[in-house]
Amino acid sequence: MSVESPLRRRVPVVVLSFVGMLIAVFAAPFVGSTPLSIANVFSTSQPFADNVDAQIFFLARLPRTLAAAMVGGVLAAAGVVFQGLLQNPLASPYTLGVSAGAALGAMIAITFGAAWPIGGSAGASLAGAGIAVLVVYALATARHRGLSTTVLLLSGVTLNAFFSALILFVQYLSNFADTFRALRWLMGNLDVAGYAPLLAALPFVVGSLAAFAWLARPLNLLSLGEEAATSRGLDTRRAQRVAFFSGSVATGAAVSVGGPIGFVGIIVPHLVRLVVGADHRVVLPASMFFGAAFLVGCDVVARTIMSPLELPVGIITAVIGGPFFLWLLLRRR
Amino acid sequence: MTGLAWGLRLAAFAYALVVVGAQAPPSRPSRVISLIPAVTEVLFAIGAGDQVVGVSSFDTYPPEAAKKTRVGALLNPDFERILSLKPDLVVVYVSQTDLIARLQRVGVPTFVYRHAGLADVSTTISSLGQRVGRATESARLARDVQTNLEGVRRSVIGRPRPRVALIFGRDAGTLRNMFVSAGVGFLHDLVETAGGQNAFADVKRESMQVSSEAMLARAPEVIIETHQSSWDTSATAREQAVWRTLPALPAVRMNRVYMVADDRLFIPGPRVVDAARILAGIIHPGVESAK
Repeated sequence: MSVESPLRRRVPVVVLSFVGMLIAVFAAPFVGSTPLSIANVFSTSQPFADNVDAQIFFLARLPRTLAAAMVGGVLAAAGVVFQGLLQNPLASPYTLGVSAGAALGAMIAITFGAAWPIGGSAGASLAGAGIAVLVVYALATARHRGLSTTVLLLSGVTLNAFFSALILFVQYLSNFADTFRALRWLMGNLDVAGYAPLLAALPFVVGSLAAFAWLARPLNLLSLGEEAATSRGLDTRRAQRVAFFSGSVATGAAVSVGGPIGFVGIIVPHLVRLVVGADHRVVLPASMFFGAAFLVGCDVVARTIMSPLELPVGIITAVIGGPFFLWLLLRRR
Repeated sequence: MTGLAWGLRLAAFAYALVVVGAQAPPSRPSRVISLIPAVTEVLFAIGAGDQVVGVSSFDTYPPEAAKKTRVGALLNPDFERILSLKPDLVVVYVSQTDLIARLQRVGVPTFVYRHAGLADVSTTISSLGQRVGRATESARLARDVQTNLEGVRRSVIGRPRPRVALIFGRDAGTLRNMFVSAGVGFLHDLVETAGGQNAFADVKRESMQVSSEAMLARAPEVIIETHQSSWDTSATAREQAVWRTLPALPAVRMNRVYMVADDRLFIPGPRVVDAARILAGIIHPGVESAK
């Protein structure tokens, strides 16, 4: 009856995925399109302002790797939360319109460029995500006490479609170069060129991860069905609200850093569940660590495979994720 | 009845064959529509401005062109409005295949324009001039453009050629999502003519997205960034300062990041000479480009 697995099974999986993430994060900055002298990177005899190798390492590759880890980890964990909240294995962090709202914000910032000075496209996408979240929440609670997951799902899907239409409208108004850049934003890009975007997203990420930690048990109970969960003493409405807002905030922050990178939030949780079962106390942290490692790896491929050209990282995750997901569907039957 | 009609058509066809075969000078079209800003500029520069009845939605130069009827552009040509102007020649982009087919169906002649490199500007000028019955004027303009470009080239000859990155798009306030001119096309040719060495010349594409790593690795000595003319000076200064986040870039260290708002850089028409002079002035300060 319970989805919970014993401690001795949980710990090794979480530790293993954590080590995997560490290895990925430490190795990735040493790989890239330019050959670097490692001795030069860590040399102190040369001032940093003149040291090209050190700048490539510390200003281009390291923030980029950290961005990939943050975005990948957050999207995978948020995927787990949304799948648990909506009781739907096909749910992803983008199901409820957060990414479409974020994309609309970014499109507006890219098209009207300098007229939007605060926070650039990252700030605008965060604002767009926030608006989408509030609209969906207002719709889902308007005629129900508590959250109706059905209405949540429907309003999310509808909002996705509506925002996509508005994105097309904004693109129609913009000139060629802007349209091109806007389209490129939609394919995902982790070249953050410094630490500022990461620091800006950090409070949102830390806050939602703390909520995720609290959510592991409630999500386990919710997977038994709302009634069963209530009978075991869970305040389901509160749990759903926390899941909805923390998942949405995390997704909005991730999208503002890397754009709407697809499939991470859906294939990583499934892959992890395949190995460790459904206990959210394992699935949540393991998905986060594995998602981080996965996206760091995808980004290394993205920036080296066609060098000096770069492949958008969203294309890599889609090329890996699409077929994998189909395989998963067939296997389940 | 039908026989007569066919006979007439046959006669017309035979007549056309004879005319074309005899290389008779094509008649001068008097109702020309241009969907391409560069072509509009050429038409006015060779004295065919009076023959123009419609221009693209993006045309701003010369000022007389802006007074003509606007009929859409590359992606949204307004077919009804084009027909209502009763054109006897429509200049279209090579990629507007649907529009070309529709115009053919209603019997409106087209001149197909290809966007290419700097060397093609004078070729386009001469062939367009011939098509609109201004062969002499267009030959002179084509020659002038070539001579003047050669003059710019000569004025910077023998000087060190700095590595140049020509950036025509990035996110505001950060060095993300940067697009540069790569090693093919009009902008690349302009940089090389103006005495620069395109830092991304080896990538055989018109444009490419550049990561911060690639920018550091290519180490441009001059960065020229184009932007919208609507920016005020504080926005321009703010965007210029963003480059200080990559202090190892030679262009940043030597204070050689330039912000330029000038549509002449993007229109491969007769004013390419101005564009080349602007770039030469930036890349080689103090050089007086040959007139």
